[in-house]
Amino acid sequence: MYVYKCVSIYSPPSPSLSCLSDHHNRPLPCVPLSESNPVVHLRETRKRRGSFVVSLSATMSACKDQDPRIHGIKTKIRVVPNFPKPGIMFQDITTLLLDPKAFKDTIDLFVERYKGKNISVVAGIEARGFIFGPPIALAIGAKFVPLRKPRKLPGKVISEEYILEYGRDCLEMHVGAVEPGDRALVVDDLIATGGTLCAAMNLLERVGAEVVECACVIELPELKGRDRLNGKPLYILVEYH
Amino acid sequence: MFAEEDGLKGDPRLQAISEALRIVPHFPKPGIMFQDITTLLLDHKAFKGTVEIFVDRYRDMDISVVAGVEARGFLFGPSIALAIGAKFVPLRKPKKLPGEVISEDYELEYGTDRLEMHVGAVHPGERALVIDDFVATGGTLSAAIRLLSKLKDIACTLWTTYFSHSLQYFVHSGKFSVLVERVGAEVVECACVVGLPEVEGQSRLNGTPLYILVGPQLRERPC
Repeated sequence: MYVYKCVSIYSPPSPSLSCLSDHHNRPLPCVPLSESNPVVHLRETRKRRGSFVVSLSATMSACKDQDPRIHGIKTKIRVVPNFPKPGIMFQDITTLLLDPKAFKDTIDLFVERYKGKNISVVAGIEARGFIFGPPIALAIGAKFVPLRKPRKLPGKVISEEYILEYGRDCLEMHVGAVEPGDRALVVDDLIATGGTLCAAMNLLERVGAEVVECACVIELPELKGRDRLNGKPLYILVEYH
Repeated sequence: MFAEEDGLKGDPRLQAISEALRIVPHFPKPGIMFQDITTLLLDHKAFKGTVEIFVDRYRDMDISVVAGVEARGFLFGPSIALAIGAKFVPLRKPKKLPGEVISEDYELEYGTDRLEMHVGAVHPGERALVIDDFVATGGTLSAAIRLLSKLKDIACTLWTTYFSHSLQYFVHSGKFSVLVERVGAEVVECACVVGLPEVEGQSRLNGTPLYILVGPQLRERPC
């Protein structure tokens, strides 16, 4: 088990997201920032062996670990060792979905962040992004666009190839689903290396949408996926070290 | 049965859903007129109406599990589950679920496919709803019903390992069937957004009720 907390120096919100507050209308201590004004977070992490590590990291997204709902969400995520291959500690969100309160809290945290921010499209990455994306889209009044593996979408598509650890993969989106000027949120269950999210953002930007933020339940920060998001903010609920 | 026959005749939400669907000819292969629900997801009001109709129907039916069939069942199931306070269980293609699974094979036109569910996701006697976007022959939904209803392998192992003597007694005494019939969940209904006319006459799938919002879109619209 590990614990972490996030302390930051407050800075003004970025121009693309108006001032955010938590569900009690208190200003969040960590907010997305413009590139000219980064925030440095001090983060304490207790490694599983029990030793403390203090690390500095620049981040461009909020963390909500002071929210009491986060603990309930974190404890519901199951880690499955050696899936899909030896050495991988798979973050299984299906156990989160079995707890109606924790699942609702997960969606509520995203909805509270994005409601009223003029997000017109939520793009979810197949398949686990389909579980979190639509409830968020419905709650904030946005359309939902599925981003799929090749040959799943029936109509005319645009495709974006991306690199995997071994080989390549491809993400597709229907032509006409997203229009120039749409403000988009990209949703997936987890960010690892950031390759899939990067491909998703490219698809949306190629058709003229503005990607406002990427949102995931879980981040594996050691894989530095947020560095592959071309400076776009990333919002996550839970980190796994 | 179709929603129009079951109290929603003339409901404007059904018309909005029908109009939001898109037909894509010859996908995934020649001759198939594919019912595309992605255009429904682009219409916030119609998508919201879709979920509302299902939620209104299932809210008071004491359903504790909503099982969605990968992948388009994932687009509707979680919202329904959240609104009615049920858990959501994904039913997935092989080798996608990371934990221990039970599986069910089913027939395709050419060959077979398989659905999997995590062991322990569903408990004996739970009341379940199965959701998918589309029903044609009912093969996938029938597999989902069997998966949710079946004996779990773990339950079988437990009985035989720890109660082998008792088991023999129960088998011989005819009590075995009573012991096992309640191990699975009870699938209360299968629900789909779109259904083909072939299933119109079938209000049930192997005895499980089937509820469909609309029939197929027949007119192509510009992509």
